[in-house]
Amino acid sequence: MATEGSAVHAIEVTVNGVPHSVAVPARRLLVHFIRETLGLRGTHIGCDTGNCGACSVICDGQLIKSCMMLAVQADGCEVETIESLGDGPDGLDPIQEAFKEHHGLQCGYCTPGIVLNAKTLLAENPHPSEAEIRRALKGNICRCTGYVNIVASIEAAAAGAGSVTP
Amino acid sequence: MSTPTGETTHYPEVEQSERLGAWSGKSVPRKEDKRLLKGQGAFVDDLWMHRQGHVHFVRSPYAHARIVSVDVARCEAQPGVYATLTGEEVGVLQQPFFQMAPEPAGLMKDYCMAVGKARYMGEPVVAVLAESAELARDAAALVEVVYEPLEVVVDGIATIEPQAPLLHEEIGSNVAWHGVFDYGDVDWALENADHVVRIDRLHFHRFSSTPLETTGALVNWDPGTGVVEFRSNNQMPMFAAMFIGPAIGLGIDHMQFSSQDIGGGFGIKITSYTYLTALALLSRKAGRPVKWSESRWEHLAASAHGNERTFLDVEVPVMSDGTILGFKVRAFDDAGAYLRYEPLGAVIWSQVVPGNYRFKHVRVDYTETLTNKCPVGPNRGYSRLQHLWLIERIVDVVAKELGFDRVELRKLNYVQPEEFPYETPNGCIYDSGDYPAMLDLALELIDYEGARKRQLASAGSGKRIGIGIGSTLDSGTNNFGQSRIINSALPFSGNGEAAVVRLDLYGEITVTIGTSPQGQGHETTAAQVTADILGCNPDLVHVVAGYNKAANTYVGFSGTYASQFAVTGLGAVMGAAERLRGEIVKVGACMLGAEESDIELADGFVRLAANHEAAIPFIGIAATVFANVAELPGELADSVTLNCRYVYRPPFTVPDHETKRGKLTLTYASQVHAAVVEIDEETGQVTILDYAAVDECGRKVNPKIVEGQVHGATGHGIGAALYETFEYDADGQLLNSTFADYHAVTSLDVPHIATGEIECPSPFTPNGAKGMGEGGGAPLSTIASAIEDALPQGAHIVYDTHNNSERVYELLRSAAAAGPRGVEVISR
Repeated sequence: MATEGSAVHAIEVTVNGVPHSVAVPARRLLVHFIRETLGLRGTHIGCDTGNCGACSVICDGQLIKSCMMLAVQADGCEVETIESLGDGPDGLDPIQEAFKEHHGLQCGYCTPGIVLNAKTLLAENPHPSEAEIRRALKGNICRCTGYVNIVASIEAAAAGAGSVTP
Repeated sequence: MSTPTGETTHYPEVEQSERLGAWSGKSVPRKEDKRLLKGQGAFVDDLWMHRQGHVHFVRSPYAHARIVSVDVARCEAQPGVYATLTGEEVGVLQQPFFQMAPEPAGLMKDYCMAVGKARYMGEPVVAVLAESAELARDAAALVEVVYEPLEVVVDGIATIEPQAPLLHEEIGSNVAWHGVFDYGDVDWALENADHVVRIDRLHFHRFSSTPLETTGALVNWDPGTGVVEFRSNNQMPMFAAMFIGPAIGLGIDHMQFSSQDIGGGFGIKITSYTYLTALALLSRKAGRPVKWSESRWEHLAASAHGNERTFLDVEVPVMSDGTILGFKVRAFDDAGAYLRYEPLGAVIWSQVVPGNYRFKHVRVDYTETLTNKCPVGPNRGYSRLQHLWLIERIVDVVAKELGFDRVELRKLNYVQPEEFPYETPNGCIYDSGDYPAMLDLALELIDYEGARKRQLASAGSGKRIGIGIGSTLDSGTNNFGQSRIINSALPFSGNGEAAVVRLDLYGEITVTIGTSPQGQGHETTAAQVTADILGCNPDLVHVVAGYNKAANTYVGFSGTYASQFAVTGLGAVMGAAERLRGEIVKVGACMLGAEESDIELADGFVRLAANHEAAIPFIGIAATVFANVAELPGELADSVTLNCRYVYRPPFTVPDHETKRGKLTLTYASQVHAAVVEIDEETGQVTILDYAAVDECGRKVNPKIVEGQVHGATGHGIGAALYETFEYDADGQLLNSTFADYHAVTSLDVPHIATGEIECPSPFTPNGAKGMGEGGGAPLSTIASAIEDALPQGAHIVYDTHNNSERVYELLRSAAAAGPRGVEVISR
């Protein structure tokens, strides 16, 4: 297919613990690989320019914007998307529970990226200050909440986590 | 409630439900959250259909250009390209969209893509359908369009000058609408006032709430049935249907609309019907489903923007005690290139003619104009926030120029708590409120006295402190009859919403609603009121997610917009739940051999009030009616369906076209915000130190959801006041069409927002609630007020809603320049 160009590369990438050995077109963005190739639709697209963070995923432990990375660049990486959190189709992990309890989401479009952001933040800094939370959230745009209850949710998740690293 | 004149005709008294309370009023966690938190939501880009093609639009790089020729041959020759659709074809396949404006603007020929010429940068010119989104985009680059650039006009006032280039030749001018709203006797007031304050010019800038999910749709014109399916994130589907149907010859019965999760709307997704029309035509031509997801730059350049408005020659009569008698003004609203929801904005502001104040004499000479910019659409606080910002600017400027305390001047002129229901000069009825108490609370939340001390202490430090106040209204539940004030021929009036509540075959309670929520928690609040009325836990109530026309739960204006769900949507759910309750009681009484008056509903059972052991679970009622009906007396069986539809109708009458008077909205939620800001004298940078939002919206169904709406509206207002603006150059090129340039506010830009509560139930709604969510644009007034308070003596007044560092820097420097300040006072 002309669209995909002639260059196709074989990559091995582990997504949410599942190894994938696939051939991907060179131009395919990681976010499109996640959404279209793997069918994981919890990772969203909001801006195409790396500003909004709706496509945030965790790649080898680091929060990244999957619209800013080609799928071929994920060769050999371990990627975690929102679908990896919580047990089974209904379980919420403690960060997700905190967002539910503190009304940390409205339309839910930015939410997967923000939850993964919080997960990465709390893994590095289990008890962040409000200023640290706001600094960490800077790359994730939410148009619904004014960020107030997102900050409150992450504070609550941190408090609930006690000394246990999430 | 007393009436000020004794002559006011209010609405008929509304019987408020006594059953609400067990669940309504509580911050029940949202039903929507689990799926959204787990990434299981179904947004429009998550949907697909077998054989679907992907759409990419070729768009005009010019703001105004004649389309000389279009050549799609090379594009169509690409492998994987299914079809193209050009403006020339659209000109044949589509009738121009229905126009709400009277003639001559009503003669406008508006199509879903540019036909003959493009009138704003980004206007779609050709649609390309291909096997993948990437291929569609690549192939679109091969479309050859020859343009003849035309002279451009971007100034919303200069556009009406005779030498300005015409956008729409068939109209003969760039005026979309003009009318004078004249209430009381402003000439008398100006002649008899002790002071007249004149303000040269105020400007409300162009911005958008930019939902994080862009516009998109999956559209399929089924050749077998002739039914066109629109799976989209349009937020007012039945309004969209009204435009699409006549344009492409479809009956409402041949259009199917649905949406589940919508990633924010804020009004911007109301006017996407133009794109839905293009997608339908493309689907019919290609014989396949077509899928389109707008890119962010397309969204910023070519979806919809909020209204830009300029106010000229403001004159304000003021008495020596501080009583403001009213004002007169010339307003110019810039609608952009087409009228996709306009000119409704030309009347919608008049829901709030005097703002929160007792102004009696108001004259607004209102002109809506056309320019080579993106068409406007409703944006959170639509058309009212422009007017309310004008009023708050007036109050602050009057206070400063005449030496009144801003707080005391507001309290003196506010509509007083004992005056509700209050009739405005144009016949609107403010239902309830307590603005002075809200102001006190807002000031307490920012520690007003302490802030004044900090202000004094900051003198000479290089930082200037300012304190601002904004009082606004969020009028909710429109009377669509107000459209007749702009065009007497329009066949619209009243409002309504539909809901169905049914007891399903095995005792399940299922609710369908006519709204298309975008994060407002309708599933949760609908379950709360249903649970109260049916005596069960909201967990047992299944509210079907999203909008689906096939559910037969809609009326003419169904959708989610204009701060009304708590009244219209929940009014419909409550009515339907009451009907179902009546049927359950009837069947239960028969089965228990009791009188209906002996029956109560509790914990999912029908039981005797006097003997809780005599009880039938809902499943028993449902199973009998649906599967064991011969057990029931025939007369009873014939009289119940357990499938109850109700349409809530607010008690509106038709407003008067000639006098421009009437009851335009049912409820008036109110906001008083206060802020402390710090301005860096070196750079003009504004930092918000403290922010408080006191919102009043009647009886709250879910306080946490309400607070979330307050936070969100405040974030949008702060964003617009300090960071977000659409800037066009003289050639009509949008200068900031990505999120790298259009600075949607981040977590570092919106401060913590302290909220305060005052509850004044609406006497006019079945649950005492008022619609809310848009927020009235209070932060725009508050930030402008705070910046002005921080400026040195002799500075120019704050004249724009958008005050970035550069503009504030200029305002700081204006004091030393000792030039015109944009204001003068004439005293007797």
